[in-house]
Amino acid sequence: MTTLIHARGLCKRFDGHVAVDGIDFEIPAGQCFGFLGPNGAGKTTTLRMTMGLTPVSGGTLSVFGLPVQQHASAIRARAGIVPQAENLDPDFTVEENLQVYASFFGLPRAQVAQNIDALLDFVSLTDRRHSRPDALSGGMQRRLTIARALINDPELVVLDEPTTGLDPQARHVIWGRLNELKTRGKTLLLTTHYMEEAERLCDDLVIMDHGRILAQGAPLDLVHRHVEPEVIEVRGAPADIEALATAAGCRLERMGNSLYCYTRQPAGLIERLKGRTRLRYIHRPSGLEDVFLRLTGRELRD
Amino acid sequence: MLPLRLPRIRRGALYVWRRNILVWRKLLVPAILMNFGEPAIYLLGLGFGLGHFVGDMAGLSYLAFLASGIIASSSMTTASFEGMYSVYTRMVPQKTYEAILATPLEVDDIMAGEMLWCANKALFSGSAILAVAALLGVVHDWHALLALPVVFLIGLCFAGPALIMSSLAGSYDFFSYYFVLVITPMFILCGVFYPVDTLPQVVHGFVQFLPLTHGVYLTRGLVAGAGLAHPWLDVAVLVAYALVSYVIAVLLVRRKLLV
Repeated sequence: MTTLIHARGLCKRFDGHVAVDGIDFEIPAGQCFGFLGPNGAGKTTTLRMTMGLTPVSGGTLSVFGLPVQQHASAIRARAGIVPQAENLDPDFTVEENLQVYASFFGLPRAQVAQNIDALLDFVSLTDRRHSRPDALSGGMQRRLTIARALINDPELVVLDEPTTGLDPQARHVIWGRLNELKTRGKTLLLTTHYMEEAERLCDDLVIMDHGRILAQGAPLDLVHRHVEPEVIEVRGAPADIEALATAAGCRLERMGNSLYCYTRQPAGLIERLKGRTRLRYIHRPSGLEDVFLRLTGRELRD
Repeated sequence: MLPLRLPRIRRGALYVWRRNILVWRKLLVPAILMNFGEPAIYLLGLGFGLGHFVGDMAGLSYLAFLASGIIASSSMTTASFEGMYSVYTRMVPQKTYEAILATPLEVDDIMAGEMLWCANKALFSGSAILAVAALLGVVHDWHALLALPVVFLIGLCFAGPALIMSSLAGSYDFFSYYFVLVITPMFILCGVFYPVDTLPQVVHGFVQFLPLTHGVYLTRGLVAGAGLAHPWLDVAVLVAYALVSYVIAVLLVRRKLLV
């Protein structure tokens, strides 16, 4: 498998503050690779470095086998970037946004016209072709931004928090489109602080915090490696539940108002909780959220 | 490091210029009205009103004297406005440059494209004034058409410093300083309303370093037929301001956006 992005000891310092602290990673072609972490973990900075949008402070970084510092423009010609905050051109219609963006790549107009029809169809915006961005919903704007990033038929699509701020329905539509891109053989690179997004989309991911990589692997492997398979989350847990759960052989994490009881055999504890009618608890399989909690002692969602 | 590489001028500048002209085309009618309306009021109001009392100035009718100066100063203000308010809008609140930088284009291309566009707008406004001046019968001869490339060059020369201001600005209010401290003094001192050799000697020496003085020398010579004393020196001053300010603007905007 070819490696599209290769980073060794990658660092980023902003006057005294270390945003990315010597990270190593390799991103193979044809996969969806995720950077998962809370705000301020260094995900966006890492992404911007790979696209030559901010200078690297240390280490080596290559994309498509090209060192980023000297070849940023050539690398971006083969990539599509979906930024965190919308930056569509408010003066242009949906179609014009795509046309003008294509012109920045120096693409021939005849070819662009065909691409635009296909892309509008792909993101279901064909009937909004003549609307201005401010007349579109948040989900539609996001889809247009994704279509825009695909205008040059990129090998690599880089998405910075692709569904932040969208309602659940719009989020599912975006996930569907991104999965479709994966089946078409595009390499996706995304940052997110949503567990569910990482679990649904990523073949491989790194968990980041404070500019460092804490763990790397496929989402399910990470869960298997770092936490027990099941968790019982007890809301507003009274003090005696802790003793009860410990007796039932659970590993405990307390976070805010909730007690997380990790275990391989949930039946024992559930049996004992059942009798307590006023207690609210959720029994679920463990996920990336729990891996993060285990690795940092903090919650990921904010 | 990346931000210290010398700027390059590439084809991408034309793509950025083209984006701007496509937006401008959408507001064509008000834009053209502005281009003709403002200078027409200046020329008619000041030229006829003040000209009635002034009579001739430096051997020209006051209207001819004023029109040939306003062509230069209007290029200055047009390019400065575009390079500050519009460029800042695209750079900061609208994040247009962030979008453009996600393509193969670089800050170098964006700044070069913006300078071309500012100069282009200066050319629109200069052409409108020249047309109004011709209608009023104060254009000397066909040499006046040579003022159009000059107007474009004046636009480039003032676009660069305006881009620098945009890269330094924290908000639109910042631009008031530049207008009050730089643009307005040039408007008053650089020979638009009276010949600079009537200024006290020290000030006369000082204004030779200001680009608008050389812009006015050129447009007055070409439009009003007043003759050109040192045209290549004037052109060289304008080119030097444009080039140096372009390089500084690119370095500053790289520092601002590539973080």
